[in-house]
Amino acid sequence: MARHLIHRLIQAALVMLVMSFLVYGLIGLMPGDPVELMAAGSPTMTPADVARLKALYGLDQPLGLRYWHWLTAALSGNLGFSRLSALPVIDTLGPPLANTAALMISSLAAAALAALPAGAVAALRHRRPLDHALNLAAFAAISLPVFWLGLVLIIIFAVDLAWLPASGVETVGGGGLVDRLRHLALPVAALALASFGHYMRYMRAAMIGTLRQDWIRTARAKGLSWAQVVLRHALRNAMIPVVTILALDLGTLFSGVLVTETVFAYPGMGKLIYDAVMGNDYNLALAGLMLATGLTLFGSLLADLLYGVLDPRIHFR
Amino acid sequence: MRGLLRHPAAIFALALLALLVAAAASAGLVERALGIDAETLDLAAQLAGPSAAHPLGTDEVGRDLLLRLLRGGQVSLAVGLVTALVAAAVGTVVGLAAGYFGGAADALLMRLTDGVIALPLLPLLIILGAVDPAKVGLPPELFHSELASLGRIVVIIALVGWTTVARLVRAATLTVKVQDFVRAAEALGARPLHVMTVHILPNVVSPMIVAATLSIGNIILLESALSFLGLGVQPPMPSWGNMLSSALDQMYTAPALAVWPGVLIFLTVLSFNLLGDGLQDTLDPRGGER
Repeated sequence: MARHLIHRLIQAALVMLVMSFLVYGLIGLMPGDPVELMAAGSPTMTPADVARLKALYGLDQPLGLRYWHWLTAALSGNLGFSRLSALPVIDTLGPPLANTAALMISSLAAAALAALPAGAVAALRHRRPLDHALNLAAFAAISLPVFWLGLVLIIIFAVDLAWLPASGVETVGGGGLVDRLRHLALPVAALALASFGHYMRYMRAAMIGTLRQDWIRTARAKGLSWAQVVLRHALRNAMIPVVTILALDLGTLFSGVLVTETVFAYPGMGKLIYDAVMGNDYNLALAGLMLATGLTLFGSLLADLLYGVLDPRIHFR
Repeated sequence: MRGLLRHPAAIFALALLALLVAAAASAGLVERALGIDAETLDLAAQLAGPSAAHPLGTDEVGRDLLLRLLRGGQVSLAVGLVTALVAAAVGTVVGLAAGYFGGAADALLMRLTDGVIALPLLPLLIILGAVDPAKVGLPPELFHSELASLGRIVVIIALVGWTTVARLVRAATLTVKVQDFVRAAEALGARPLHVMTVHILPNVVSPMIVAATLSIGNIILLESALSFLGLGVQPPMPSWGNMLSSALDQMYTAPALAVWPGVLIFLTVLSFNLLGDGLQDTLDPRGGER
């Protein structure tokens, strides 16, 4: 187990490294560069100033060298300055990370709480009307564009009914826990509904597979009631692949988070990455993307470990 | 194909798709009937409700909503289908090569596939969407034409969208390549390329079609999200995604603008997903019981 974990950690570190180089290269290909943006903003800068600044920031060096400087600095905790906020990048990441964590954890929980029972019920009613109805609902949820869902929720609950706030994390000036929860309600609803379909289909498939196993028949044969078989035996076993898939799905969830945060003007990591890319804030975009990649890798690592913990039959070589 | 008839949902999806495609294809006719096109500004009637001149009303600068929906449908459907084809082609090549050659080639290609799957998709697409073609060394004039800007979306989405097809084709190739007719062809001295294209490819078409159909829905969702964020199809060319981003700006004054583009994206994606599911049950019965 320990060896397997170390193996996976090394693999994850390698993927992070490759990804950081890729993203670093891609970001350099976005329009404009930091010094030219600066020059556009202050008419007194001469071409000589521009050249001097480029040399100062190392922008005249080849890509590989610039990447190496960024990497060594980043590893020692220096992620550079954010162009948009003029603060060190590292100081701007805290609140968005916390906001995104709140959003992701609550929508994951909400989606799982609705989808897992629904999936199990659909499997128990396999190929009956209730199964077909739940399946269709899952397909509908999968096919909903999450940004449109957010937009519709805002129009209904924030504009028409005026029950809930349309954007932000809290009322200006702060408003306590209830206020924060009210701000979280609509984005969480949009994200949870968008994830519901996938989660339900995973659970349904896992449960159908489990109910076909011989040991289910054995459990019935030795006299357990159907309810006992389902609740004590089948559900627990069907949950194993589903829990790991939920962890694997963190990357997909983050894609949803990015759009949702943009629609709801919710200041989290997704909006930060989007704003940074749109505002040519190279350092911030880079840090945000690396965090998102790290999160996805963490998800797949977690899935792997959970699988081993939940299913004692699995031994890692 | 007859098996598909047993899936009412798939038949319904197919009918709906036919309707959507026919509607999008008739955009030119509707333009002639109304005497305007999707980019004509009717400054006397901004955000107008439905009328004889504008069957579904107009948007914030007085363009006809119905025409924009139809033209947007052409863009969204074309981008979805073309991207799915490109992605399926890439995925098939990768899957065939990995499955047939095995060994180091397989390990390398599948690690690459796992790597792409593990990436945070949308953030990556946003960066790719923001890349300045001039800095890659491509002539900027090339990117001013509308067709080229669509081609760019196709390329960036296909770049990350080929993985499902690759995995399914690889799995199918693994089972086909050990069968006797393949062995026989190899014994007769057929080259790998010949074996792959003539003997294996026809036998992995089913999973290919299923994966490609299922991926179209996802691709249309990605394209609409990118266009919504301002990095996909660029206005004034309409797409369902970018129509929603102007609807976001108008949500207090004209919430009705948000209805149609979203409904159409939803119905299109739902149809492709239901059709893919039906095809999977029909063409790939062993993989279908999920």
